[in-house]
Amino acid sequence: MDIGSFLINAILLVFLAATAIAVARLQNLFAGAMLFGIYSLLSAGVFVVLDAVDVAFTEAAVGAGIATILMLSTIALTGIKHESIPIRPLRSLLLVAVVGAALIYGTFDMPRFGDAEAPAHQHVALRYLQQSGDEIGIPNVVTSVLASYRGYDTLGEVAVIFTAGIGVLCLLGGSRRRRTDPADKS
Amino acid sequence: MYIAGIAAVLVTMALTLARAFMGPTVYDRILAVNSFGTKTVLIIALYGYFTGRPDFLDIALVYALINFIGTIAVLKFFEYGDLGRDRPSQPDDI
Repeated sequence: MDIGSFLINAILLVFLAATAIAVARLQNLFAGAMLFGIYSLLSAGVFVVLDAVDVAFTEAAVGAGIATILMLSTIALTGIKHESIPIRPLRSLLLVAVVGAALIYGTFDMPRFGDAEAPAHQHVALRYLQQSGDEIGIPNVVTSVLASYRGYDTLGEVAVIFTAGIGVLCLLGGSRRRRTDPADKS
Repeated sequence: MYIAGIAAVLVTMALTLARAFMGPTVYDRILAVNSFGTKTVLIIALYGYFTGRPDFLDIALVYALINFIGTIAVLKFFEYGDLGRDRPSQPDDI
């Protein structure tokens, strides 16, 4: 990563931390939901700079789009203020610091960013890149990995998404029928 | 050139964040989120040209669309108080 990308990433991460602290300190839940939208957009920017464009895409669609709408729907059902409950900040801070230190310690074993010797680039990626054109016959490597090499995995994912879609349709259809019930209007 | 543009967008991001943090009314915050989404679109587009990969422009366009839908949802929430329910005056079409 060159110095320009590093600087952009550093600044975006500072913004991210500032947004997180602001969300934690806010009492107004609506403002918190709004700041969470900003948080998602910022992390999507960080992902783009880190070259994980597909992750950034999902983060922007789910985090900034759907999650904000879900939070707003929840606020509409519950209320916009929250009661402040007594918490022990020192104990929580200690826990977060320990977990964070453990995670940072865990990253020491990871290969460096963009390392060609990383295990992920050694195992099957070479074969996918060199032979998937002959073996599968699709010019796009990503498509042949998803649809052929990992075909069962993709089939399982599609089944899960299909089930979720049926569940959502059942929920929506049930509530609509109840609302048009003539006994409800009185 | 692109560096200067990215720096300028980062500065406006900081200003927008300040408004979102302080913003006395909710409308300040809605406007801050909306314009922050625009800043994200701009910085992704500029970063794509900065690294010599203008294909990032497509992603920036999708972000712009998501930003628009999100703002519509928030404003609808404010107009009607919730998101899904039909209003009593509204006929039950669909």
